[in-house]
Amino acid sequence: MKTSLLKKVNFLILLALVLVVACGEEVKNDTPAGPKLAIAADNAGIEVPEGFGVIKVADSLGKPRHIAVTPTGGIYVKLRETVDGKGILYLTDNDGDGVVDTQKGFGDYGGTGINLDDNYLYASSDETIFRYPLDANGEATNTESPDTLVTKLINRRSHASKSFTLDGMGNIYVNIGAYSNACQEEDRTKGSPAMNPCPILDSAGGIWQFRIDKLKQSYPEGERYATGLRNVVGLDWNKSNNKLFVTQHGRDMLHTLFPEMFDTEESAELPAETLYMIEKGDDAGWPYIYYDQIQEKKILAPEYGGDGKKTGGEDAIDPVTAFPGHMAPNALLFYTGDMFPEKYKNGAFIAFHGSWNRAPEEQEGYMVAFVPFKEGTPSGDWEIFADNFAGAEVIRSPDAAKHRPTGLAQGPDGSLYVSDDSGGTLFRIVYNGTH
Amino acid sequence: MHQESTVARSFFLLTGIVLIFQSCNLSNEKNRSNTTNEAKDEQVKADSKKVTADTAYIEGQALYAEHCMICHQTDGSGVSGLNPPLIATEYVVGDKDRLLGIVLNGSNVGLEVNGSTYSNAMPSFRALSDMEIAHISSYIRNSFGNTATPVTEEEVMTYRDKNEK
Repeated sequence: MKTSLLKKVNFLILLALVLVVACGEEVKNDTPAGPKLAIAADNAGIEVPEGFGVIKVADSLGKPRHIAVTPTGGIYVKLRETVDGKGILYLTDNDGDGVVDTQKGFGDYGGTGINLDDNYLYASSDETIFRYPLDANGEATNTESPDTLVTKLINRRSHASKSFTLDGMGNIYVNIGAYSNACQEEDRTKGSPAMNPCPILDSAGGIWQFRIDKLKQSYPEGERYATGLRNVVGLDWNKSNNKLFVTQHGRDMLHTLFPEMFDTEESAELPAETLYMIEKGDDAGWPYIYYDQIQEKKILAPEYGGDGKKTGGEDAIDPVTAFPGHMAPNALLFYTGDMFPEKYKNGAFIAFHGSWNRAPEEQEGYMVAFVPFKEGTPSGDWEIFADNFAGAEVIRSPDAAKHRPTGLAQGPDGSLYVSDDSGGTLFRIVYNGTH
Repeated sequence: MHQESTVARSFFLLTGIVLIFQSCNLSNEKNRSNTTNEAKDEQVKADSKKVTADTAYIEGQALYAEHCMICHQTDGSGVSGLNPPLIATEYVVGDKDRLLGIVLNGSNVGLEVNGSTYSNAMPSFRALSDMEIAHISSYIRNSFGNTATPVTEEEVMTYRDKNEK
């Protein structure tokens, strides 16, 4: 009896304290809707522009690749390799502080691609795209027996990830990366001649379009939407002009394969990593040409008779934005939220994984970039939006980087989520300044 | 950079001398030039064993920078998911024939190293001379914290005789 009374008293005191604390929080927070977001005091080590803050949503998730966030704030994460047999994670924050409280897993395959529409969750292995019906809460169902939407896509290990995006009009666009650096007879081998024409392009090195209302599609049911793209990991549909945009990883090893033409510094900067706007039937020129962001020209690849100066690819498209070499643009997201200041509206965020092909020069590009857009066209230069994911001034090899940005997603409130497949961390960037 | 133990260094040193003498006596199709060999010969006569070993190590280091570093990195750590590390793996410090098989023939099998798989193709380096292959192999076996017996030019020659037609 006594104990019970004591407990009651204790409970009341506790309740009162909670109320006092809660009131205090509310006043301090000055945001009438919802509880306080757990913005890290040091922004979790990430450098963001004035007025932005960073929440460390989760860590130690394995190797998170692409991510997707539901209208209720649930987070889907595709893992490169399964952890305890699970290749997809569903993370939820139950108390509104932005930090994940519960986690469940499903999907017995590793991969990169994940995406949502109103009715389904889509996720890819390196050969297949699966889909899972969503319930009213945005939770995936049939997790043990998903539909097979697209299958038997070529996987020869190199550039095998099947990243994809949706256009909201019944189509899905899938990257099928070229299983080669520069279409040499022997991949990455000095002196090995290039194949001409490049036979890889028949089933890879481009974007294939499939329907979302047909199951078990493969090459015969799909359409090669664009070709001459070495490896695309970032794709997004730009709703302001209804066009597909993709980020390509440019070719490697100019110095190693052609030391007489390119020194190590040139080989570190060239060729450009590229952002393309894609029309149906476009050819971006790989392997015959590459884009040189310094000369601002399409240059004939040395394997095909180039010398670093001769231009080529008259019929190939130009990028809408070109970045320094090898920084690995792994995710693309057109920002449609209302949280960030006006300049970010409809602009492109690009998650750069950071380079490895710059050795012996310093590695670069462990960051999230931003390109401002107006009506579907870049309206200014690219800039670094979020930086210092690597956690050190100088990075000599990618394993030394603390975090490597890999995926991007927009939250229902307009937050920007960034995944990292090196530290296994999930970040959420919010704007808390005044517009 | 030079993290190899004294034991390994001594091995390297001895092998270095053997290698130098071999390079003078055997006609190696890919030797860089006679001048280089003569210069090395002079060095052997003139200087201590230490200098010779350092020369072999430095040769290996230079060849590593030219052919290997772009993928396996300055510290041998490789690239997660793409290019395997050269640190603390039996592929490097273990059986020499297996290592030579990979260096000479390349590898495109999605190699699993220490529980992770690596997807990039490694090119063949069969165009390099026996001496160069020996230098590179010995260098990686005795760098990045690795310590293992060096690979001799003769071992490379024997491997090629057995496995290449």
